[in-house]
Amino acid sequence: MRGFAILLGFSLAGVLLHDALHLPLPGNVTGLLLFLAALFGKIVKLEWVEQSANLLTSHLLLFFIPYVIGAAALIPFLGSNAVSIAVGIVGSTFAVLWVTGTVAKKTAPRGEEETQDERLSA
Amino acid sequence: MNVFLHDPLFGLAITVGAYAVARGIHSRLPWLHPILSSSAIILVLLALLRFPIKEFQGEVELLTALLGPATVALGVPIYKHRRLIRERLAAVLLSVLAGSVTGIVSAGLLVYAARGSHEVLLSILPKSVSSPIGIEISRQLGGNPELSVMFSVVTGVLGGVLGPAFLYKAGLRDPVSLGLAMGGAAHGFGTARSLQESETAGSFSALAMGLTGIVTSLLFVPIYFWLG
Repeated sequence: MRGFAILLGFSLAGVLLHDALHLPLPGNVTGLLLFLAALFGKIVKLEWVEQSANLLTSHLLLFFIPYVIGAAALIPFLGSNAVSIAVGIVGSTFAVLWVTGTVAKKTAPRGEEETQDERLSA
Repeated sequence: MNVFLHDPLFGLAITVGAYAVARGIHSRLPWLHPILSSSAIILVLLALLRFPIKEFQGEVELLTALLGPATVALGVPIYKHRRLIRERLAAVLLSVLAGSVTGIVSAGLLVYAARGSHEVLLSILPKSVSSPIGIEISRQLGGNPELSVMFSVVTGVLGGVLGPAFLYKAGLRDPVSLGLAMGGAAHGFGTARSLQESETAGSFSALAMGLTGIVTSLLFVPIYFWLG
């Protein structure tokens, strides 16, 4: 429970900081940055939070379900815009996947092929 | 007779229950992504019970609140892979910048070409970032924040479900490129999926998700001035 309490604390701190400073980032991501700073600054030890963090991140999808239900409920109201929305989302999502992945691969240092095998051994 | 339906435990129980069932189905039918099957189960149940979606969303606020600590928890895989991330920092920054620009420009051009309305055009621009950032950007642009949330979610589901298969076909299967692409294109959904691929992919995805949020927010600053 200590780990969970720490994660909740950073999440709350992120929301408070976001509200106080009107940051362009959401509270969640602000909390993540604060938490990373605390890990790198050795203020929080990895072993305090690792177990709770693994539990939460392995069920990350569960926390998105309410958003998917909300989005699905809006689909019938798109009307004549549905086609342009579908074209925009599908085309742009695959474009971003391809561009981001390709730039990442091209800028990788040479001789880094060993990371490719990680999945096979995992 | 419907008293139990109006207890907040009802929404929570069917959501966690549907999620557990969806994971079970996923182990038998690996092509059926659990986010699709769990959402379908819940939508069917709500329709059968004629239960209003607004009320359901109120009942599952606990889960939405837990997304906060779950996002913070992504710091753990990032921290554990700090050495590899430092080695690949150039790849991380360049790919995120390229992906963020591609996301905004391609969404805008495609909707314009497909004759979408002005409201749709403005609302779709921030679709590659998670919905809390998308809402803010959309509001500042004069778009419809509710539509933007939906576009973010649909983008996330699409990228999360089909992303890895597409990237494998495109020859981008090393965990660094795959993770960066998934986080950059499909924010939290992409990161959740990348974590299933490998912890390395998940950590790069979480990093790309956070950085895409920052870069996209910054890229819109000149656009606000341009739109006046």
